[in-house]
Amino acid sequence: MDENLLELVDWSRAQFALTAMYHWLFVPLTLGITFIIAIMETIYYKTNDDKWKKITKFWMTLFGINFAIGVATGIILEFQFGTNWSNYSWFVGDIFGAPLAIEGIMAFFLESTFIAVMFFGWNKVSKKFHLVSTWLVAVGSNLSALWILVANAWMQHPVGMKFNPETARNEMVDFWEILFSPVAISKFLHTITSGYVLASIFVIGVSAWFLLKGREEFLAKKSILIAAIFGLSSSLFLAGTGDIAGHEIAKKQGMKLAAMEGLYKGENGASLVLFGLLDGDKKLKDENDGFLFKMEIPKALSFLANRDFDSFVPGIEDIVYGNKEHGLIPTSEKIIKGKLAIKALKEYKASKKNGDKIKEKSSLKIFEENFKYFGYGYLNSPESIIPNVPLVFYSFHIMVALGFYFILFFILVLFFLKKDILQKNKWILYTSIWTVPLAYIASETGWIVAEVGRQPWVIQDLMTTSMAVSKIDASSVQITFFLFIAIFTALLIAEIKIMTTQIKNY
Amino acid sequence: MKKFFNLYYDGFRNMKLGKVLWLLIFIKLFIMFAILKVFFFKDFLSEKFDNDKEKSEYILKELTKF
Repeated sequence: MDENLLELVDWSRAQFALTAMYHWLFVPLTLGITFIIAIMETIYYKTNDDKWKKITKFWMTLFGINFAIGVATGIILEFQFGTNWSNYSWFVGDIFGAPLAIEGIMAFFLESTFIAVMFFGWNKVSKKFHLVSTWLVAVGSNLSALWILVANAWMQHPVGMKFNPETARNEMVDFWEILFSPVAISKFLHTITSGYVLASIFVIGVSAWFLLKGREEFLAKKSILIAAIFGLSSSLFLAGTGDIAGHEIAKKQGMKLAAMEGLYKGENGASLVLFGLLDGDKKLKDENDGFLFKMEIPKALSFLANRDFDSFVPGIEDIVYGNKEHGLIPTSEKIIKGKLAIKALKEYKASKKNGDKIKEKSSLKIFEENFKYFGYGYLNSPESIIPNVPLVFYSFHIMVALGFYFILFFILVLFFLKKDILQKNKWILYTSIWTVPLAYIASETGWIVAEVGRQPWVIQDLMTTSMAVSKIDASSVQITFFLFIAIFTALLIAEIKIMTTQIKNY
Repeated sequence: MKKFFNLYYDGFRNMKLGKVLWLLIFIKLFIMFAILKVFFFKDFLSEKFDNDKEKSEYILKELTKF
């Protein structure tokens, strides 16, 4: 890849990553806190106790702040598709457009209408209608996320489409296959439940601050109770969906799984790394296993990948260089097939233009036979299919470790709450506050695993990231990159300032 | 309909914190759509080409130039 293109790709990726990560600071809280608020309002509806109304309205205000500051930050990602990623945007065709359009319409009608009732409707509409509106806001915001995640899942595992060589676009042939792709389902469930966990931790953290200050004891304890139960059940479900997501990755993105585990040489009965320190001197094909130190769970990776403790899990080297025994084609062969597909596409267009029907037919046949390796044709070497192993490995292990810590955290909080010794044990209150940023770290590292782990692909096996970019000046991407840092940082400061003021002055 | 209108009208009129948040939303949307979209995020293909045929030909050329 020439240096100018490399610079352009790097800046475009950096800008997209920056925007997506900032956007994701706002989204998970909305996904989860809306359900917590709906549960609280349901209790108010059932008990008719005004204290529950007060609790509901307090968390509703914090949700409102987060929603107002975060709303539309995702639109910038769509701007970037058209400007920085035009090859990609055209290539994906209506597959990406349809879910995003549904998301836009759904977000606008469902959320905007019912959010207004939620905030303005107290004493104006019936209690029942208000409660239904609150639940619809929760369901609506989660359904909005569904469409975005379906689009993302398609990039990880493209299904339900056919590439049209006339228009250079993928066309949707089976909407339901895209919507119900196992990758989309597991991604959706894993992502939204991570939002529930984050929101639960947020509610517990803010409530712990009240208890430390000796204020709003009823609000704090009841909120902790709801959030800890909701958080614990979500955490357990999150671990389950994480396992399903891992299994899907093993089936569809073997390289990503190998990078997540730092597994260079495939093995039968592969172990899952519990903790590990990667060896920076590791080179492909050497005898070094890639670790300076590691603790493992024997055979657990094989079970995660194939539901069989003794099964074979391919390592990075097996995927790059192939493994005949286990039926893995070397990447060099896939590159040849990919180049064949590209050449056939070019010849198809030329023969169509020249009216050479025989050549047109034969080129199309070659193209269609090799299309599933299309993206490989853009790779310079087999080794270029390896993502950034340390970044993926450490992000994955930080996410998983924090995920298990959160389960323990919720159990501890519930125990201290049940014994009514929360205030006597200030350490658990401080821990609750400091767990809030950890929830955000876990959430962001999850996305790093998903997105960095699938490099060099923007669409798995079909389009490389370097092929997806628009041929624009890298300096223009740099300018907007720094502009975004300024805008998003200002928004984040505004959010934190308004939210903390609201909490302090409550 | 009137009831629905009043819900919004009274809601917006009686807002306290909401006014600050709406101001933030409008500033943000202004920056996004009136500055960023107009000056920095023009649609690359629409800027260069007039119709879908030209766009697809360009992309095909890009995809097959290796």
